Amino acid sequence: MLSARKIRLFCVALSCFPLLYLIIKGANQDLTANPIEYVSQFTGWWSLTFLIITLSITPAREIFNQPRLFPLRRTFGLVTFSYASLHMVMWAFVDQLLDVEAIFQDVTERPFIYLGVGAYIGLTILALTSRWSIRRRIGERSWERLHRGIYVVSLLAVSHFFILVKRDTTEPLLFCLVLLVLLGYRGISKILSMTR
Amino acid sequence: MALRFSDPTVVPSDITPETVFNNRRRFMSASFASSSLILLPNARADQVADNSKVSLDFKESEFSTDEELTSKHDATTYNNFYEFGTDKEDPAKHAHLMKTQGWQLSVEGEVHKPKTFDLDALLQLAPLEERVYRLRCVEAWSMVIPWLGFPLSTLLKVVEPTGNAKFVEFLSLHDPEQMPGQNYNVLDWPYIEGLRIDEAMNPLTLLTLGMYGHRLPNQNGAPVRLVAPWKYGFKSAKSIVKIKLVEKQPVSSWNKASPNEYGFYSNVNPAVSHPRWSQRKERRIGEFFKRDTMMFNGYGEWVSELYRDMDLTKYF
Repeated sequence: MLSARKIRLFCVALSCFPLLYLIIKGANQDLTANPIEYVSQFTGWWSLTFLIITLSITPAREIFNQPRLFPLRRTFGLVTFSYASLHMVMWAFVDQLLDVEAIFQDVTERPFIYLGVGAYIGLTILALTSRWSIRRRIGERSWERLHRGIYVVSLLAVSHFFILVKRDTTEPLLFCLVLLVLLGYRGISKILSMTR
Repeated sequence: MALRFSDPTVVPSDITPETVFNNRRRFMSASFASSSLILLPNARADQVADNSKVSLDFKESEFSTDEELTSKHDATTYNNFYEFGTDKEDPAKHAHLMKTQGWQLSVEGEVHKPKTFDLDALLQLAPLEERVYRLRCVEAWSMVIPWLGFPLSTLLKVVEPTGNAKFVEFLSLHDPEQMPGQNYNVLDWPYIEGLRIDEAMNPLTLLTLGMYGHRLPNQNGAPVRLVAPWKYGFKSAKSIVKIKLVEKQPVSSWNKASPNEYGFYSNVNPAVSHPRWSQRKERRIGEFFKRDTMMFNGYGEWVSELYRDMDLTKYF
């Protein structure tokens, strides 16, 4: 039997693969003619994907009756936060070069930017309060309530992707669909537990 | 790769200094060698290779910028050409499916002498000029590309527009067999673009048959495309099969898809931002720092008169 700790380490190692792929592509100068755009899109796409994986842990744990999966919520939540941080660094430091005026205009004028920034602020709060010690200090109930914020974050993040795409909305629609299934699962299991 | 100046009207100032000439030759052969290596695995020898390997004779043009050229590799692998897919790398991967042999361009509508041209007829219509133009995409990136072509006005004069010809409509090829991206309704196919007749007659407006000294590669709009350098890139229709002179303003594909984002004029204008991108700055492909975007992409000297009394925030 694999221990929860081994499973966690395995998942962290697996989560490094996209970053590794990016680094190898970068070393081969294979990041397209517009590397800044490519890396921004790549890190954004993987942030969303890891967010979806994070949200799948609870359904997977319940459906397959695997309590050992429980700690992976935090593991993948922090992986999501890491990729989202890279994504933010690409935007603020590399793309905008910390041009405060341009960043301010971007945030106030463009819906996809403020949705994205909103999602990242939410993720940051969740990441900062993810430790067990903090969880105990806040109290189990308020911690659970606070961390339901991940649903808001996921809606913000998917809408951010949806409205930034120019015309071909296939991929954002797929993310929407998977998110709906994951949120729908929670809604239905809640209703079932109430009627039982 | 011979540069042969066959035009008797060449004056001494037209002649490129030897160092520039040699640099350009070195640049072209180097970039061509690398690009053909990259194209080969995908290309079937009779198609992509066919087009972009045929070199063309041309003369220099006073409209050219002396800014550093974008590498041919970048200009032929990073493209928006939704007929071949919506990713930037898609056109270079899929454009070999398009057949350009036997291509016909018909020019019709409000004209006295409608006419259909094959490629040889187009190539012989006027001496080709090399126009090194800035290309500004609406997505806030830009390139500098040496196009080969002649003014669109030369072609339009041949068909003699009537007094009712107020606009020019450009229709691109519509054939999902050759253009797999057309199996998806991302845009309303065929791709349609348009210009006002005075914009079409402007000396900058280039009917384009080549780039980097050779025929156009398929992913860049072979065999014949438009280039209007003071407008965002999508205004310059690619792989054109029909040019129609019309009385009413055409509805372009992007305008139809999102009228609040893509206007009919779509002149490069740093003061009017797109809902998704600020247009104040742009990133030149190959450079790290952004540069300021110029009004009319720096071509105001030749085109600002066209819009003298117009509110460009309204007619964006």
